[in-house]
Amino acid sequence: MDGAYLTASDELNSRVIAILAAQALREPSGLTAGTTLESLGIDSLGLAEIIFAIEETFDVMVPFNANDPDAETLDLSTVGSVCAAVTALVHDQKG
Amino acid sequence: MTRRVAITGAGTVNALAQDVPATFDALAAGRVAIGPMDFQDIERLSIRIGAQVRDWAPEARFTRQELALYDRAVQFALEAGRQAVAQSGLILTEDETLRAGVVMGTGGGGYTTIDDAYRAVHVEGRNRVHPFTVPRLMHPAAAAHLAMRHGLKGPAFTVSTACASSNHAMGLAFQMVRSGAAPVMLTGGAEATLCFGGLKAWEGLRVMSPDGCRPFCASRNGMVQGEGAAVFVFEDWDRATRRGADILAEVTGFAMTSDASDIVLPDPDGAARAMRGALADAGQGTGAIGYINAHGTGTAANDRGEVRAIRAVFGDTPPVVSSTKSMHGHLLGAAGAVELLAVVMALRDGVIAPTAGWRQADPDCAIDMVANDARRARVDAALSNAFAFGGLNACLALRRA
Repeated sequence: MDGAYLTASDELNSRVIAILAAQALREPSGLTAGTTLESLGIDSLGLAEIIFAIEETFDVMVPFNANDPDAETLDLSTVGSVCAAVTALVHDQKG
Repeated sequence: MTRRVAITGAGTVNALAQDVPATFDALAAGRVAIGPMDFQDIERLSIRIGAQVRDWAPEARFTRQELALYDRAVQFALEAGRQAVAQSGLILTEDETLRAGVVMGTGGGGYTTIDDAYRAVHVEGRNRVHPFTVPRLMHPAAAAHLAMRHGLKGPAFTVSTACASSNHAMGLAFQMVRSGAAPVMLTGGAEATLCFGGLKAWEGLRVMSPDGCRPFCASRNGMVQGEGAAVFVFEDWDRATRRGADILAEVTGFAMTSDASDIVLPDPDGAARAMRGALADAGQGTGAIGYINAHGTGTAANDRGEVRAIRAVFGDTPPVVSSTKSMHGHLLGAAGAVELLAVVMALRDGVIAPTAGWRQADPDCAIDMVANDARRARVDAALSNAFAFGGLNACLALRRA
């Protein structure tokens, strides 16, 4: 990917991927949209740290409750779904 | 020589009530003390409900000099201790005062004192905090003040094992009386973490409910915090009977285990080993137990794991279970102490406090749960569970006196 042609969405995705890669102790280049957080060895504490990093990086509030039986509304299972969720949150909360 | 251990006094301050009789009434009625909280900066929290002690009025209970030294948690502990000692009618000889002591549990110690002091220096830019900030905030403050107030000069200390603190504390007090090391111990827990910093730290873990605590219910969505204290007089059984004391219940067994697996996720095996250990220590079989006061936090992980642990210990006919956190909230390091009141009520009055706010069965939590309405039953023996972050488990066994 040529940095000179990064779109706003590429920029957001690469920052989300950097957060996930740092949590998983992997290189960002090894993560694809279909990579599951589970396969990266990210547990519930790791997810709490990721959400914290996302909120701090993008200045958004991530509505996530680890105990909510209806939590499927926020899909944080794969790299691609996390990117999509953050895109939506930034759109909704930062306009 | 092994002695039997009697509970001869109990006292409490919690969001349901500020003494034991009114707390029993509230527990029996299934009353919920969870609601909107009120303290500085609450508008900056995403979770704004809790079980706060209302109409506390510390100025009416303590002098100005005392209040300079007493964090809110210590205030709760001293009032609970006053009630417990008054009920027990305890009078110690001079020799006994040298061996009688205090073991208290707390998770956060003087949390509001820390919060206020940090706000003063970090936010308001002040260059000094109150000179008694350290003796106010330290974890052993409640144990020390109880020892001073009641002249207890033997062992006095505080146990801090997060949400199992007061069960660990009461378990150690039980062992000390049983072994003969102390004739009498004051024991229980005190907690007052309902302040901006206390709740903000919890927010990040994403385990708190925005709308209520519904343990073992399919609709549960997390824990709700509470505050308060409960203190008990644990006394050598023979001493208590000799002086004609009214014995509220007998403490018969205690066990503590460590999951040694995860800092937040519970392992049902550790919980099961704690319950089995408490039964073995009490010399009681599973068939004798008529009630388990569950740890029951209302989180997905705890409740599912606790039911698995109960079933691992008791098989297909587990005893009746309820979690009173649904009413008084999760008092963290004081949880086991306030919850022991529900156990005493079940043993003494034959009234099993319900899990309030329960709506719908969860197949993962298949258990005989007392939902919403208290149940009348003769309970001869009971267990009280506490399972803390860090996988630190403490279970007490009690018997009807």
